[in-house]
Order: sequence, then C-alpha cells, then structure tokens
Amino acid sequence: MWRNWIPFWHSGASSYGGDVDLLFIGLLTVSLLVTALLFTLLLTFAIRYRATSDADRGHRIKKSWHWEVGWTTATFVAFLGLFVWGATLYLRIFDAPDHTLSIYVVAKQWMWKAQHPGGQREINELHIPVDRTVRLTLASQDVIHSFFVPAFRVKHDVVPGRYQSLWFKAERTGVFQLLCAEFCGTDHSAMTGRIVVMKPDDYTRWLSQQDVDGTLAAQGSALFRELGCSGCHMGTSTVRAPHLDGLYGRPVPLADGRVVVADERYIRDSILQPRAEVAAGYDPVMPSFAGRVDEEGLIKLVAYIKSLANGAEAKP
Amino acid sequence: MSAAEPNYLTADFRLRSWFITTDHKRVALLFFATITLFFFLGGAAATLIRLELLTPRGDLVTSDVYNRLFTMHGVIMVWFFLIPSIPTTFGNFMVPLMIGARDLAFPRLNLTSWYLFLIGGAVTLYALFIGGVDTGWTFYTPFSTMYSNGHVVLAVIGVFITGFSSILTGLNFIVTIHRLRAPGLTWYRLPIFLWSLYATSVILVLATPVLAITLLLVAIERLAGVGIFDPKLGGDPLLFQHLFWFYSHPAVYIMILPGMGVVTELVTCFSRKTLFGYKFVAWASMAIAAVGFFVWGHHMFVSGQSVFAGLVFSFMSFVVAVPSAIKVFNWTATLHKGWVHFDAPMLYALGFIGLFTIGGLTGLFLASLAFDVWVTDTYFVIAHFHYIMVGGMVTAYFGGLHYWWPKITGRLYPEYWARAAAILIFFGFNMTFFPQFILGILGMPRRYHAYDPALQVWNVLSSAGASVLAIAYALPLFYLGWSLFWGRKAGPNPWRATGLEWQTSSPPPKHNFIETPVVRRGPYEYTPDPVPQNA
Amino acid sequence: MPEAQPAFPYATLPQQHEAAQLGMWTFLATEILFFGGLVLAYFVYHYGYPQDFDAAARHTKIVLGTTNTAILLTSSFLVAWAVTAGKTGFGRGAAVLLAAAAGLGLIFLALKGLEYSEEYRERLVPALNFSFDAAHARGAQLFFVFYFVATGLHAIHVAVGIAILLAIANRARQQRYSADYHAPLTVAGLYWHFVDAVWVVLYALIYLPGRSGA
Repeated sequence: MWRNWIPFWHSGASSYGGDVDLLFIGLLTVSLLVTALLFTLLLTFAIRYRATSDADRGHRIKKSWHWEVGWTTATFVAFLGLFVWGATLYLRIFDAPDHTLSIYVVAKQWMWKAQHPGGQREINELHIPVDRTVRLTLASQDVIHSFFVPAFRVKHDVVPGRYQSLWFKAERTGVFQLLCAEFCGTDHSAMTGRIVVMKPDDYTRWLSQQDVDGTLAAQGSALFRELGCSGCHMGTSTVRAPHLDGLYGRPVPLADGRVVVADERYIRDSILQPRAEVAAGYDPVMPSFAGRVDEEGLIKLVAYIKSLANGAEAKP
Repeated sequence: MSAAEPNYLTADFRLRSWFITTDHKRVALLFFATITLFFFLGGAAATLIRLELLTPRGDLVTSDVYNRLFTMHGVIMVWFFLIPSIPTTFGNFMVPLMIGARDLAFPRLNLTSWYLFLIGGAVTLYALFIGGVDTGWTFYTPFSTMYSNGHVVLAVIGVFITGFSSILTGLNFIVTIHRLRAPGLTWYRLPIFLWSLYATSVILVLATPVLAITLLLVAIERLAGVGIFDPKLGGDPLLFQHLFWFYSHPAVYIMILPGMGVVTELVTCFSRKTLFGYKFVAWASMAIAAVGFFVWGHHMFVSGQSVFAGLVFSFMSFVVAVPSAIKVFNWTATLHKGWVHFDAPMLYALGFIGLFTIGGLTGLFLASLAFDVWVTDTYFVIAHFHYIMVGGMVTAYFGGLHYWWPKITGRLYPEYWARAAAILIFFGFNMTFFPQFILGILGMPRRYHAYDPALQVWNVLSSAGASVLAIAYALPLFYLGWSLFWGRKAGPNPWRATGLEWQTSSPPPKHNFIETPVVRRGPYEYTPDPVPQNA
Repeated sequence: MPEAQPAFPYATLPQQHEAAQLGMWTFLATEILFFGGLVLAYFVYHYGYPQDFDAAARHTKIVLGTTNTAILLTSSFLVAWAVTAGKTGFGRGAAVLLAAAAGLGLIFLALKGLEYSEEYRERLVPALNFSFDAAHARGAQLFFVFYFVATGLHAIHVAVGIAILLAIANRARQQRYSADYHAPLTVAGLYWHFVDAVWVVLYALIYLPGRSGA
C-alpha cells in the first residue's frame, strides 16, 4: 500500500489500522494548512505592519460581521466533517463483526494472561492467526489497566468488575507490542507483552504444541463441579435452580419484570451477585462466589456455560 | 502623584503588615511568591523525570520513586501553579485597577484565599515529602482507594483545602466585576482581560465544588473501604472518572482563559490598535466556559463508557474548539494595519498564538474518536496539553509579567535580556515537547519510565530541550530580580496603553486612584493616538 | 445609633448590600454543585440497585426525619420573620426570632445525633458495624454511605448556620440593622434557607424511597 513507503512510518497492521492512519493524515493535513495559513498571516502582518514601516494603514476596520460569520462557519463546517469522519470509523472499531475466534484476557498487576478456547494459556503473549477476526474479552483482577496494541491502532481500558471487549483482524504476520496504557502501580511500565501473528498452519501447530489441561470449557466444567455449582444446577437436588443448557445468548425474564440477555456479563454477575438479577419463578437462594473464584476461574465457567448453548455438555 | 503619598509597597514596611494585609495588590504579591515557589518545585520533579527518560531502562530512580515524581509534578503544576497563576497574581492586582475600584468586593476574603492556599499547599507538600503519592494527579480508582501505598488521603485533603482558595477567588471576581465598576464602565467597555477572568470565575465557582466532593469521597473510601468506587463491593470506578473529569476538564479552561485575556491586552497595546471583533472575543470567552462543561467524557473514550456518550462528547469537543479559533482569528486580524512593536510582552503574545494554535489543533486530533483510541494515554496527549499549558498559559503568564512589571514594581526590566529569554523559551519549549507528539504516534504510553530502546532518540531530544527550557525559565528570575534594585524607574504608563490601570502611578497608591475615574470610552482606543479610558 | 457608612471599598450602602447578596448567591451556587455531586452519585447507585435502596431506605427513622424537617422549616420561617423585623428596625424582636431559630437548629442536631445512635444500635453504620440482609447488602451499604456522608455534611452546615444566626442575633440586639443597612441579616437568612432547602431534598432521597405505593 502507498502507506508502506512513507519513511519512518510503521503502517497499521490491522484491518481498520489503515483507515485510522488515513484519518491521521487527514487531521494532519488540515492542521498543517491551518497552521501554515495562520503563521503566514502572522508573519506577514508582523513584518508589513511593523511600527517602523510606512505601509498603508488607511481604512482600518474594527469589526466585520462578514469575516466573523465567515470564519466561524468555515471552522464549524470543517470540524463537523472531522467529527463525522472520526465517529464513523470509531463505530466500526467498536462494533465487533461476527467473530470467529474468541480469546479471554485477564489483566492483573503487572501481567497479561490470555486463555484460548482450546485451553492454551499464555502470559504476556498472545498468539493469533493472521486474517482472522479475533474478539478479546478483557477482565481485570485488580485495578484499571488498558490493553494497547499500537500496531493495530486499538486500545481499551480493562476495568475491574465488568467485562470489556475489543476486536481486531491482523493483516500481517509478525510480532507486535502489547502495552498497558492505564497507570496501574509500581510496574506499570513493565506490563508489556507481545502479540504474535502467525500463518494459519503455524497457528494450528502452535495450538497443538501447548500443554493443555483440557479445553477452556472443559476446565470450566471441572470447576463447575469443584465449586459445587452442579449440586443445584444439574441433576436431582432439593434446591430448584435454573438449568443452564441452552441458556447462553437467550433472553432471561427476571423476577422484577425486566428481561436481560444471558451474555458473558450476565453469567459473571450471576456468579458474583446472584441476588441482583434473580430469574423469574426462582427464589433468591444462590450464594455468592465472590472471593472464592478469581477472574480466570470466572472465564472458565463462562466458557463452560457458553458451550452448553447448543444443549450438549462439553466432555471433560 | 504627590511625593508625600506612599505607594502600596511603601505604605507600611513592617513584615507583619504583609501577613494581615487586605490590599489586593499585596495579596497578589503574596500569591506570586507562593506560586513561583511551587512552579520551581514542580519543575524540579519534571527535571528528574526528563533525566530518567534519557535512557530506555529505569536506572536513575526506582519505579515507585518515578511514579511519585510524575504524580508530584502533576499535582503541583495543576493545582498549585496553573489554576491559581494568572487569576491570583495579575487578576488580584489588576481587576480593581482596571475597573477603577479601590479594592476587590471582599478584601478580607481575598487574604483568606491566600491562607487557604498556603495551608492546602503545606498539607500537600507534607504528603509529597513524607513519601509521596503514586497515583498520578488523576487519582483513578480503585488504585488510589484500595491499592496504592502512598499518602493519598493527605494529598487529597491538601487539594481539597486549596479548592476553597480557588472558589473564594472566583466569587470575589464575579461580585467585583458586577458591582464595583467605575461610573461609565459598561460591560462592553471592559478590557477583555476582565471578560476572560469573569468566564474563568464562573468555572472556578461551579466546577471546583464537584472536585471537592469527589476528593472527599476518595478519602472516605480510602479510610473506610465502603465500596463507593470499589467494584468488589458494588461500586463503580467509572463514576469516579465522570465526577473527576466533570471538574478537571473545565479546569483546563480555568487555566487557559486568563492567558487568552492577557494576550488580548498585549496584542492590542503592541499593535497600537483596537481589538478586531471585540464582542465576538468577549462572548467567545463565555462560550468556552459554558460549552467546556459538556465535554468531560472525551477523557474517557476508551474507558468503557457507552458509544453514544463517546459520540456526544466528541461532537461537543469539536464545538468547544470553535470559540478558541475565533479568538485566534481576531488576534491575527488585530495586527492587520496596526503598528507592531516587538517588545518582550509582544514576543510572548505572538508565541502564545502560535503554540496555542498547535496545541489546539492537536486537541482536534484527540477529539476525533477513532484517532483518540490510538493515542489516548500516550505521549501524544502529554504533548498536546503541554503545548496549551506551557506553550500557551505559561507563555501568557510571562507576557503579562513583563507587561505589568513596571506597574507592579515601579521598575523597568532590561528589554534585551527579556527578548532573549522569550526567544530561548520558545525554542526550548518546542524542542522539549514536539518530539513527544512523535513518541505518542510511535506508541509510547504515558507514565512509563522504561521504554522501547527504539524510542530513545526522541526522548533524548525532549530531555535536551527541557534543559534549554529550564535555563530559559531561570533567566527572568535573574534580570527581573536585578531590575528590582537597579532597573530604571518606570513612569505611570511606559507602554502608552489605554487601560485604567495605566492612569495611576507605578507602583499604584494604596487605594489605587486619587479620585475614582469616570470612564468615557472603550478599552483599546489606540488610533490615531492612544486615548485612556477615562479621558 | 450611628449612621451606617458603607464599608471599604464601597461607595454607597446599596452597592455594598447588592454585592453582599450577589456574593452569598454565588456561594450558594457552589454549595449546590457540592451537594449536587453527592446526589448524582446517589442517583447512579439508585439506578443500579433499586431494590437495595428501597430496602435500605425503609430502615431510616422516618418519624425523626419528618420531625426534623418540620423543625427546620419552622426555623426558616422564624428567620424570614426576623429579617423583616430587622429591616424595619425591630432589632430586639429580630434577635429573639434568630435565637429561637438557632435553638431549633440545635434541637435538629440533637435529634440527628439520636438518630445516628439508633442506627449504630441497629448495625447500620458502614465501616463500623454494618450488617444487612445479604440479598440487598451491596446497595444498602452504598445507601447508608450516602446517608451518613450527606447528613453529616449537612449537619456541619447547620452547625455553622447556628453560629452565624447567633452572631447576627447579637448584632441585631444591639440595633445595628435598619432599613438602610441590613445586608448581613439578609445574607445570613439566605444561607439558613439554603441549608433548609438542602435538607428537604435529602429528606426526599433518604426517607421516602421504598415507603410509597405497594
């Protein structure tokens, strides 16, 4: 692409990176034009009308509605254009397309932990295939961090207490920097990592070479039993609890009349604060697991319940 | 002025008289001394930061010390230098003079404001010196409330107290400008400096209380751990950010509006010409203050706030840039067909216009949603706000300092030294901060003390520029100090300016005017010959 | 009684009067923003935890709260009356009314203290002994944090107001106020009315949720 031969320029490596670069060039061009215009005017006026010059100063104007309205309107129209440009691109960056690869990332002081659906785990590294849309679900174990990949032109804060998501599609293989971009304590500057983009075959090989404890969903299934969730939610039990087969992605009517979609947020919040969104027709008897399961464990549980979406239980 | 009449400096030589003064001019000098001290403290922190950043590894200070350094730099510069700077020094000194009054509306409240500033400053400095705070000046939760092991509570209490100093100053200016104007001084005859201070005061009065309650909640949360901002107990970390930025964005307009006001005074006086588009410039100041309350979310585009909120805040951020652009165009048009002099104050004014334009344009970059996603929390943002705060605000401050120096001290400063310093500041400044735009684009996050070695060249350039800037800022200390003892005595109006403050002696008498002036004309009637407002 | 002169730097008494009033109104604007930030936080969490807030609000002492509201409203009435009295030269009458209003303010604080001690007994004080039904504990704790911070700040403002009323009452007793000069009286009255208005808002946010309707 033409961007590749601008000196010193590292062009964006993601599908929308090029558009962000174009926006940057647009903003830069407008700014350079305005700056040049202004500096030229200032310089010209300062020199031509310096006190010792005898330039013509007749017919001075104190004010002019024409000029004022003119430059105000021009400014406003230009700004409006820039706003629309930036906003439409932003909507694309945050509206995840139908994703094919879902990876979970937990940020904690001061490292990044990634969990692949197949159970592969990484610390401070993220291996992904090129030319495939990847959606990251981000969670923080402690304070606010920020997932920043300069080469992909993307960043999102990772706020504790909720899930965030961001997506990208790498268009080049290679290794790209991952940085934490929200001050998070002593080793904030050391909370960096690598995004390793590989060709599809290499990626598949990499996946199979990892030491895996079962897929993410299977690990979740084990945790589900270990924590005692299966006691109420599966099989025969005196406690009436909603069955979780086919739950994920479906609307859930709540006891207070609202209807929410059973997405990742709902699952996570139901585990930590079960009394907040009680399903209609059930008693609020589920205990909270806050403090007993960390963000990584929650991700496994979420992955497990997601795997039940089609009604089939994942094999351990 | 008769020889028998003492001026405000010689009215009482006892040290005690300075500490119980209610004379707005003396209070201004008390503030001037205090904020100068803070400026150099904040600058010392910056020096250490730039020294550390000469090398890619964190080898000068430990991570914890570095984190405390940039926090100290931010806290001191924002709350103890930039926010009070022009309002409490030139504002306090000039507002009554410019409106033909004998003092501000509430003189004792003015002194109280200084004492509150002193107490708040003492508490904050104490916190910084017994170990410091490492949260950044933005105190984001839950790090500041639940995880930091710095002296957060002390630091926020210090800032809380100082906030009341701000509020009282703003309150004083609002009432003074409304009620103490000399006969004949209508709103549209006010110098733009006063319009700017009025707009600033509205923000001071409405925004600072929100900071106060926010910091109070942070202190309570830190001491009691009850969940206000702690997600583990049901609190929302983003609520803190909204509350914090609701103040802190208008705060940046508190910092820049007075600077714009000073620049207007300088551009008119040194072009010997009335301001182009006076009413537009006056109302642009008010518009900046008003619209500035509705843009805070542009600090939170990637924080997790809704996309809709992002769209609204981005749009409003573009809107708020329009009145600033109007001012820049009007200043430029003022030069047209004027008689431009290049005394030091004018060099500063021209520097302001150039650097503020660059800073403001990069603000547009940041207002642009998709671009901000890339560069927020990087050195691009740092460069942007330093262009406005240092390239803009501090430059305007120095411009005002040189312009009003004769009025305040009764002495003329050495002009060639001043021009040299102004030019050196301009170059040192650009050398320090322009490379930081590049660092941001290349992906260097802020608050990092170790970085990718490939970025070293830009960091070294920036640090080299900082050393030039440090020398340039120290120069005025010397020649201005020199002028106090050996500078030529100034007459009442060395610049042949038209404002009311120049129609009394230099330094002014204790009660400003022998007789209350009666105003008959606008503030910038320079052509064909300068006519004072009360002529 | 000496002819009142405008204070420095005013030229006339009306100018001083107007400046004092504008000053007080501006100060009250800052107070609105101060409490406003707190109220905003309340609404954010009320939206997030509607049932928890209702459940928590039901534990507030509505009898005490309502009594206190009546006390403050009465005291405001007395202050308004005092300002009129002072303006027409009835200094001693104004002093009595102001003292009575201050007295009511003291009763307000006493009842508030009583309320706080009851809440302590019922283990409703976050950070000290908070214990609530687990189903609603999260939002309830946030409610009570708001309750104690808001009423605590308000109580501090009431205490300052009492001191101001007593100081002004003393001056009124010395016949310092008249039709020409009554700025401190008006301005003190404004402050007291504002403290009262804040209480009315807090009353609605603290005592009323969860108690109306089904």
